[in-house]
Amino acid sequence: MSVAPQMPKCWRLETKVHKFCPGCGHGLVLKALGEAIDELDIQGKTVFGCDIGCSLLAWDFFNIDSVQTHHGRTTPVITGVKRANPELIGIAYMGDGGGYAIGSQHLVNAASRNEKITVVLVNNTNYGMTGGQMAPTTLPGQKTETSPYGRDVDSTGNPTQGPEMVAAITPESAYVARGTVSNVRQLKKFLKRALENQISGNGFSFVEALSGCPTNWRTNAAETWKFIEEAMPQYFKIGELKVPGDKKEG
Amino acid sequence: MAGKPIEGEKRAFMTGNEVVAWAAVAADVDIMYGYPITPQNEIMHYWTRMAPKYGREFLQTEDEISAGFTTIGGVLAGRRSFTATAGPGNTLMQEAMSMAEMMRIPIVQVVTQRGGPSTATVIYSQQEVTMTCFGGNGEGARIVYSTSTHQELFDYTIKAFNIAWKYRFPTFVLGDGYQSKMRESLTIYDPESRGIKMVPTEPYMGNEGLPGTDRDPHHLRNTYNTEDELYGVVTDIMKNWEKVAPEVAEYQEYDVEGADVLIVAHGVVTRAVQGALKQLKEEGKNVGHFRPITLRPIAEDQLRKRAEKAKVVLVVESSYGQLKKLITDAIYGLSTPIKTFLKPGEGITAEEVVEEVNKLL
Ligand SMILES: Cc1ncc(C[n+]2csc(CCOP(=O)(O)OP(=O)(O)O)c2C)c(N)n1
Ligand code: SF4
Repeated sequence: MSVAPQMPKCWRLETKVHKFCPGCGHGLVLKALGEAIDELDIQGKTVFGCDIGCSLLAWDFFNIDSVQTHHGRTTPVITGVKRANPELIGIAYMGDGGGYAIGSQHLVNAASRNEKITVVLVNNTNYGMTGGQMAPTTLPGQKTETSPYGRDVDSTGNPTQGPEMVAAITPESAYVARGTVSNVRQLKKFLKRALENQISGNGFSFVEALSGCPTNWRTNAAETWKFIEEAMPQYFKIGELKVPGDKKEG
Repeated sequence: MAGKPIEGEKRAFMTGNEVVAWAAVAADVDIMYGYPITPQNEIMHYWTRMAPKYGREFLQTEDEISAGFTTIGGVLAGRRSFTATAGPGNTLMQEAMSMAEMMRIPIVQVVTQRGGPSTATVIYSQQEVTMTCFGGNGEGARIVYSTSTHQELFDYTIKAFNIAWKYRFPTFVLGDGYQSKMRESLTIYDPESRGIKMVPTEPYMGNEGLPGTDRDPHHLRNTYNTEDELYGVVTDIMKNWEKVAPEVAEYQEYDVEGADVLIVAHGVVTRAVQGALKQLKEEGKNVGHFRPITLRPIAEDQLRKRAEKAKVVLVVESSYGQLKKLITDAIYGLSTPIKTFLKPGEGITAEEVVEEVNKLL
């Protein structure tokens, strides 16, 4: 007996199977995002922006109007859309390179201005698309193409704590959380709350998703999950960091 | 909410930056995204004073990269959107303009040229010609108007929005710090009172209907998987651009019939050349002036026709040959020699032009 895979309603079936590498975390984040969009019934008024980086492979992922832009510029593009038409729900989807390195000024300023958009940032501790270089989120000692002997924090700094930074610079009406693809139900809940925060016109909402890049990590399935579940949360604490007028889930 | 920004026509005496802001409100622009840089600051100052009275919006971004991309976002949402910048800001904005070119996004950018490649002088320059026409990665599928008077700043700012939305190419109004800061009289008007209809805008994203059910979703991208795919897209854009070019190209001619010396100049320098022309005519010299209004595309056929008959072409500009490159390219193959009078970052007077012409005669 074969069971058809469960896919979110807002996924575009014509573009499936998707283009991410087998075992990539992007697909899981996009599944959680798709389910959140379905449950909130906002497919018709959502606009989706994705970055350069592996997130660009999601340019035709949904039955949702989408735009793929330049590396690090997804946040201002979606900001521009939302400012021009506040009726829309704007989602900016990017990697850790796009959000914390090249596009960090946009993230910081969109957060400071409390833009009414939702930013979803996939943290896979490396630059996936360009072949596995060190990212702002690469863990201490982690080997990448540009840190072949392991990331030396003395010369390259410590992993960027994105949600912590965003939480620190946003007003009380912002929503900030960090989820993981190893707990998709929880990730979906965070994404849903982030979107609800935008729908209610509250403020900036930001979700970082811990994710895997088995291709560049050169890990098999078991090792990939081990890294996501054990190594990453040591530095990147999972949970809600900021929930307007509500209790956080830690 | 107040009524129309301008009823009918009105005489005015104002700075160039004020003119641009008035033109943008008169043209029914919905939103400006901007970042401060001299000499265009007052465009934002006037816009932020007027815009709320007419239900228009403004966002001050964190830098020009963001201003360029948020303006793209505004257009994608279907709103008449623009930004303004100069010098190093123009450099930063070129990344967004590359995307706009590739995706046929009708973004309008006002450039108030300032001197030098660094944070040099902030007034006199025509040194942003190459960057405005060809900046960024891509082929330069864009429309660039070079204005010379405040009246033109008003007329062409309005026109830029219509041309951008009609042809869906990024469109630039190329002024300079002199025009920005000096005061001049002009007539401002409600475009409708002159029979100018604003080309309607429409969203690229967030349209009516459930995507995937009522209609196809709009999936916009500027990344391509194969060389063939990119080749196809770019070839198509450039074919289209070349088709549009003759319709869009604008120029002016003064005394070109039978001219021995054909002076070519654009923007504010045109005014000095026209002054020189008067004097040279009084002296009985056979001198004409060809002024490209659009620098991209340039009115190539008309220019060739004039250059062919002249004994010499004299390019006069406040940069080190940026216009000359465009002219050389446009008249390639003609045997008419090209001479230059180049003053990067400095103003040019009528007397200087007279002197240069006399050296050639
Ligand atoms: C301005 C610019 N610089 C560099 C690049 C090359 N580039 C493409 S994707 C990428 C890294 C993407 O990494 P990340 O944002 O972490 O996303 P991932 O691929 O890991 O999902 C880089 C550096 C580019 N496209 N544009
Ligand atoms: S390179 Fe890494 S992040 Fe990119 S698709 Fe493959 S597994 Fe995913």
